[in-house]
Amino acid sequence: MESLIGLLVAAPLLGAAVLLVGGRRLDRFGHWLATGLAALSFTFAAVLFFDMLGREGADRALSQHLYSWVPVADFQADIAFQLDQLSMTFVLLITSVGTLIHLYSIGYMEHDVRRRRFFAYLNLFLAAMLVLVLADNYLLLYVGWEGVGLASFLLIGFWQHKPSAATAAKKAFVVNRVGDIGLAIAIFLMFSTFGTFAFGPVLGSAEQASEGTLTAIGLMLLLAACGKSAQVPLQSWLGDAMEGPTPVSALIHAATMVTAGVYLVVRSGAIFDGAPDAQTVVVIVGAVTLLFGAIVGCAKDDIKKALAGSTMSQIGYMMLATGLGPIGYVFAIMHLVTHGFFKAGLFLGAGSVMHGMNDEVDMRRYGGLRKYMPVTFVTFGLGYLAIIGFPYLSGFFSKDEIIYAAFAKGGTEGWILGGVTLLGAALTAFYMTRIMLLTFFGEKRWQRDAEGNEPHPHESPKSMTIPMIVLAVGSVGAGFFFNLNHNFVDWLSPVVPTADGDSPISHGMVSVAATVLMLVGVGAAWLQYGRRPVPEVAPTGRWITRAARRDLLQDDFNHAAFVTPGNYLTRGLVYVDHKLVDGVVNGTAAMFGGLSGRLRKTQNGFARSYAASMFGGAAILIAVTLLMRAV
Amino acid sequence: MSTLTALSSLAAETSTSGGEAAQFWILAPIAVAGGLGTVLMRRAVYSALCLAGTMVILALFYLANGAYFLGVVQIVVYTGAVMMLFLFVLMLVGVSAADSLKETLKGQRLITAGFGLGLGILLIAGIGQASVGSFTGLAEANAQGNVQGLASLLFTRYMVAFEVTGVLLTVAAVGATMLTHREKIERSKSQREQSEERVKDGTQVPPLPAPGVYARHNAVDIPGLLPDGTPSPLTVSATLQERGQVREVHHEAMGSLAALEQRTADHQNRPGSVSGALGPGARPERESNRGESGSTRTTDATGTAGDDGDSDGAEEAGK
Amino acid sequence: MSPENYLHLSALLFTIGACGVLLRRNAIVVFMSIELMLNAANLALVTFSRMHGNLDGQIMAFFVMVVAAAEVVVGLAIIVMVYRSRHSASVDDASLMKL
Repeated sequence: MESLIGLLVAAPLLGAAVLLVGGRRLDRFGHWLATGLAALSFTFAAVLFFDMLGREGADRALSQHLYSWVPVADFQADIAFQLDQLSMTFVLLITSVGTLIHLYSIGYMEHDVRRRRFFAYLNLFLAAMLVLVLADNYLLLYVGWEGVGLASFLLIGFWQHKPSAATAAKKAFVVNRVGDIGLAIAIFLMFSTFGTFAFGPVLGSAEQASEGTLTAIGLMLLLAACGKSAQVPLQSWLGDAMEGPTPVSALIHAATMVTAGVYLVVRSGAIFDGAPDAQTVVVIVGAVTLLFGAIVGCAKDDIKKALAGSTMSQIGYMMLATGLGPIGYVFAIMHLVTHGFFKAGLFLGAGSVMHGMNDEVDMRRYGGLRKYMPVTFVTFGLGYLAIIGFPYLSGFFSKDEIIYAAFAKGGTEGWILGGVTLLGAALTAFYMTRIMLLTFFGEKRWQRDAEGNEPHPHESPKSMTIPMIVLAVGSVGAGFFFNLNHNFVDWLSPVVPTADGDSPISHGMVSVAATVLMLVGVGAAWLQYGRRPVPEVAPTGRWITRAARRDLLQDDFNHAAFVTPGNYLTRGLVYVDHKLVDGVVNGTAAMFGGLSGRLRKTQNGFARSYAASMFGGAAILIAVTLLMRAV
Repeated sequence: MSTLTALSSLAAETSTSGGEAAQFWILAPIAVAGGLGTVLMRRAVYSALCLAGTMVILALFYLANGAYFLGVVQIVVYTGAVMMLFLFVLMLVGVSAADSLKETLKGQRLITAGFGLGLGILLIAGIGQASVGSFTGLAEANAQGNVQGLASLLFTRYMVAFEVTGVLLTVAAVGATMLTHREKIERSKSQREQSEERVKDGTQVPPLPAPGVYARHNAVDIPGLLPDGTPSPLTVSATLQERGQVREVHHEAMGSLAALEQRTADHQNRPGSVSGALGPGARPERESNRGESGSTRTTDATGTAGDDGDSDGAEEAGK
Repeated sequence: MSPENYLHLSALLFTIGACGVLLRRNAIVVFMSIELMLNAANLALVTFSRMHGNLDGQIMAFFVMVVAAAEVVVGLAIIVMVYRSRHSASVDDASLMKL
């Protein structure tokens, strides 16, 4: 069974290699090959899953040691995989959603001349993401971490002919590097503290390390998580990343890669447990991002950017939950999985809408599409209901658990966090209802595009609708299934520490409050966008709306805080370099040049003259030898 | 040769005999003289011959020192082969390349003298300082014969060095072949093409004029005279001109011509002078390129031809 | 007869050869001077051989001869080459490396 773990990774990796190396001759069937290999990987995952179910809780983890990567004295880095329940959860999510999105992309990317390359990148992403979640040490995790970063970069900039896409890819890459530095430093710290970076020894002996060290490691890991999961303050890249093809947004920037930060924090739970300060920072980051993303999502007219804001907000929920410690870990993962389903479904729905609307992304030019795209409407609608936490759909269970855990934090903090999460629930309902109303309800507002083509909204082909249907089913049923008999909690409890919180309010009250606030959000959105006609040009709005449209000034902040001082610093350094460093270097060179010019006069170019020098030298050597002997 | 060998072998056996001393004091000055000759002779051929002489004497010293094999090798290989190679190359490069001993580098002679003296003193001092002692003699080492003794050393202790020298020689042979081999990169010109080229370039088209043939002189080193009485450089081999071995008879011819003109003028009572008619400026300039490809000495000859014939001959004779 | 005589002769010839290298411009004569130096060294080696009563010195001299032969072959080939391209065998003419 263990050997299947390697194959799990190998299948998509092989696909990527074959498709990239194989060249044009694979254009005809390359996408089917990639999809097949993704499905094969999913099959392996399913086999491993059922095999795992056949064993008892503590024995479920498998590991596979492939080879020693860097065996240098005390520095032992292995290519080794570890498949426990946590990894298994991710593997199933990645391979299943990944396969569905491969399938979807066949239809979505049908007319793209570079489709083979697109599928190669998708496969590369799958392989890297699987390495990330299967690694049994932080160094290999780092490999996967960078691998998904690379795949993300390639896929965001897939339409590189568009300057906006190229810039967005670059932005994502640069911002992610900031986070990656955090992960690198965290690994350095681990190695200097524990002498290893394998999960087992590091997490097992985390208690013995000082709290200061653990806090430092934790904060660095959090920095990494912020970069990858688009959390404040490294959130600015996610909105621009929507320049990539929609399946990419669905797979990488909604369902899987952006949740890697949550995985990292949950996986390193033992470190955070020993560092309460770091945990507090995680909670703050989660809470701030939760509201930040929600507010941004409320103001965006671009359907994908609105969904990106939503993604940010939902990951904020997960981050907040992980910061709560053992009372939140499991629910963070649970929300992660359900979110993976419904957000992927929502993005695929958005992609389907764009596909039918000549790639129009402005929601103010949609309207009334439910009649034209019934399947998309229904699947999108189910995803919508799941995310706003409609009772007994996925989001309802996972989100309520997080809200409950927030209250269970206890004390004033608990009330603040609970309030924030409840407010987030209301905002979620508001922006999602807004998207829903603008897109599928109301009057049709679409127009001729620049070339004068009237869009003819139509339902997408089967290869696109089937994944949407499957994901919609997952969105509806996953939460209920997970919550049944504490299925999910029991499943993860052997590897992820769990604890029951002491909440001032009961589960029932949380559910009622969340549902009421959800209804308030829906109602507010309906008052704003459902009852009144939607203006085609966005009204100027209040300062908060304008700020939210500009991503709450995040880019302006980054510009003012980093770019401008950076430019000044660079200019200063250039000045110093030119005047001081170059001055010294050039001065030295000039000095030697002058000296050489004088010395050169002794070089007359005549071999006999040089021979005379040699002769003299030899004579002197003999003289010295004789003198030495005489002395 | 056999007497020399006998003498030297006698000397080798009685290591401190008066015979060897006599041989040394007779031959050593000759060897030094040969060495000095090598360095100081103006013509390279003489240098080579001096060096050969020194080498032969050194061979005798080898024999005297009991190195019979080396003595023979010295004569056969060095004097016989290597020196002959030198001579061959000298001939190839041209014996005419007479090398003036005039020093062109400032201070080179002084430096050489200083260093030479210094080195010599140092070496002598070194020898004097070392406890040289007396000869042990090679009687024991040469017991089975010098060649056998050398061979048993060469093929045992010095085996590797011997093999490596073998490789070195092979490489040297191949290298020399490669260095001197000239790849022909273009088709050689046919006779027609050559002649057409000569006509086009305006060089000497007909055969070169023969050297002078006179009643008293009939040799290749005497230039033929042009109608105006001046010698033509085209008629003598460039090598001879380079060496300054051209005998010139035109002074007499010019003299008798001038006398004839004078007598005629006297007879006809009108003034006239050969020199006025036959000044250097009046002599027609001639292209002296013989059409031999790549010969620069002919260019030098042109330069000489441009000079005044009288002073030219005198200068060359002076050298 | 003392070995010193031979050694003094050897030193003298060596110095003469060295001076020749420095004084002469004709590459062939320079080469011959080098040969003279090698021969002087050989004489010293042979003398040492007799002085110590073993044949190693002669073996050394033998190798010097072989190497000298190889050197002559290559050196003369180079001289011929240079002469072909520059029409001169003067070592002073080969001073093009100087600015």
